[in-house]
Amino acid sequence: MTQLLKSREAILTGAILVLIALISTRYPGFAAPGNLANVFNDTAPLILLALGQMIVILTKCIDLSVAANLALTGMVVAMLNTVAPGVPVAIIILIALALGALMGAANGLLVWKLSIPPIVVTLGTMTIFRGIIFLISDGAWVNAHEMSAPFKDFPRHVLLGLPTLSWIAILAVLAFFVLTTRTALGRAFFAVGGNPHASVYTGINVGRTQFWAYVISGTLAGLTGYLWVARYAVAYVDIAGGFELDVVAACVIGGVSIAGGSGSVIGALLGAIFLGVVKNALPVVNISPFWQLAISGTAIIVAIAFNARASRVPGRVILKRAEHAA
Amino acid sequence: MSTTERHIPDRLTTPAQRVLKSWEALLLAVAIAIFIVNSLASPYFLNAWNLSDATFNFTEKAMIAFAMALLIIAGEIDLSVASIIALASTAMGAAAQVGAGPATLVLIGLGVGLACGAFNAVLVTVMGLPSIVVTIGTMSLFRGISYIVLGDTAYGGYPPGFEYFGQGYVFWVFSFEFVLFAVLAVIYGVLLHKTNFGRAVYAIGNNATGAMFSGIRVQRVKFILFLLTGLMSGIAAVCLTSRLGSTRPSIGLGMELEVVTMVVLGGVNILGGSGSIPGVVIAAFVMGLVTFGLGLLNVPGIVMSIFIGLLLIGVIALPRLWSMARGK
Repeated sequence: MTQLLKSREAILTGAILVLIALISTRYPGFAAPGNLANVFNDTAPLILLALGQMIVILTKCIDLSVAANLALTGMVVAMLNTVAPGVPVAIIILIALALGALMGAANGLLVWKLSIPPIVVTLGTMTIFRGIIFLISDGAWVNAHEMSAPFKDFPRHVLLGLPTLSWIAILAVLAFFVLTTRTALGRAFFAVGGNPHASVYTGINVGRTQFWAYVISGTLAGLTGYLWVARYAVAYVDIAGGFELDVVAACVIGGVSIAGGSGSVIGALLGAIFLGVVKNALPVVNISPFWQLAISGTAIIVAIAFNARASRVPGRVILKRAEHAA
Repeated sequence: MSTTERHIPDRLTTPAQRVLKSWEALLLAVAIAIFIVNSLASPYFLNAWNLSDATFNFTEKAMIAFAMALLIIAGEIDLSVASIIALASTAMGAAAQVGAGPATLVLIGLGVGLACGAFNAVLVTVMGLPSIVVTIGTMSLFRGISYIVLGDTAYGGYPPGFEYFGQGYVFWVFSFEFVLFAVLAVIYGVLLHKTNFGRAVYAIGNNATGAMFSGIRVQRVKFILFLLTGLMSGIAAVCLTSRLGSTRPSIGLGMELEVVTMVVLGGVNILGGSGSIPGVVIAAFVMGLVTFGLGLLNVPGIVMSIFIGLLLIGVIALPRLWSMARGK
């Protein structure tokens, strides 16, 4: 029981509840179920990307290209919708998933086959993907009136009281919970990050596991790309600019260790919700949205400092103790 | 298979061969090739004043790249450099609004750079946090503070005399920035290749534990390297702000990518332990010439960024593909 209370997830849940309570003192409507559902829906894209990023970070990698992947996929499906409005949403979603997976696979192959450091690969692909958006769109925007009604309606369609976007996030959380705790691939993600050498001896291909992590992260980014563009009904070069930092922040706040091998789906979910509540609370308590970036940055730094304290191994103390004993 | 009959040379490579086969020599050949292609592609390229203008494409980034090279050789990285520029520039802009003179502005720019470097340094060396995540965090934090201060407004109205650092010329076509770049190149070259401190940087990058047992104060050296990177970002902020004459919170956005690309293109191993300042200097010229040449051909900036991204990955991928192909 005490272990449960001390866990990262419990602390984070407590922090989120305190935050909501504090905001409610200034704006009572914030804690109303309807508003909280809106906050969750707003946070759904962050949750989706954070789940993929968590898998990548588990394997000792990082994916800074997710926001650019999202934007490129979003632009492609939006442009496809303008030239061929008749294409059903199901096909659009499949295309978004495939395109996202393809970009993730490009990252994964560079990391796996050429063993280029993940940070370099994804910094590079981040600018390449953004540049490609400019090339294909010529810098032009795709606006709401150019998109077909079914295309825009899908993520907003309300089902059992919640928009489809929220339901997709919930389904993804459940699927990732099963993936990480009940499947061999899920265990492999933890093993590869926790101890790459031991993983090799237990028959896990480290590079291939990292490749799959990137494919998963890319696929989610592609899916989110369509949902994002359809929900906001606009696509341009800079959509979700800098969003990769929020995604990494959500993971780090959620207790996913940047050194790999440790983290949980619930943690990443709570980290994303924490940032989502902060983001939605800023206008309510009259703080300029320009504070968002600094708050994300501070949250990342505080969270890694906190993670490091929690997992510090008291290995080096042995020497000092021996000195005192002598 | 006839390994027993292999001809054994007196030495593996002569010094001349080593120079010719080095990454720097290859890079220099690429630089000369780009120079020739550019002169043929555009009639405006081969002109002393145009070439002088071209140096502004890389001088500020190269200043940061020198310090970044040392940091990467020592096995760390700083992704917050562009955000340090934003914060330093914002601080200078705020000071200019209340009537600070050029000298005060420069001190403020360098001071903010050093302070940001120190902040990174404390988090990485004192608290033992991984530099990649720390500087991703400070990258949001530093630029975030600029956004809080400026929002969607901009600072202008810098005092007369301040424009010298980004727009002035020391003599003939040699701008202040270019001369500063050359002086810093020599200083960093000596620091890395001719001093104990430089040896310590390599030692830490190759084997931090081994370096510690040979009496090198690993964390102190890293601390100094983060300070230097912050200071160089401050200097770059002074030059860039002076050149643009205004400050927006998005100033220098994405520059960290170009700085890292320049360092990696210069032959510095991204995993630490090897690299040279002459390599970074040539890489600066290569990137400057390419972006200037593409600019003369009216290629938009974002398309150039595709090129920078491809360059960053290609420079690391090609040698690996090459050795893989030869190994099989």
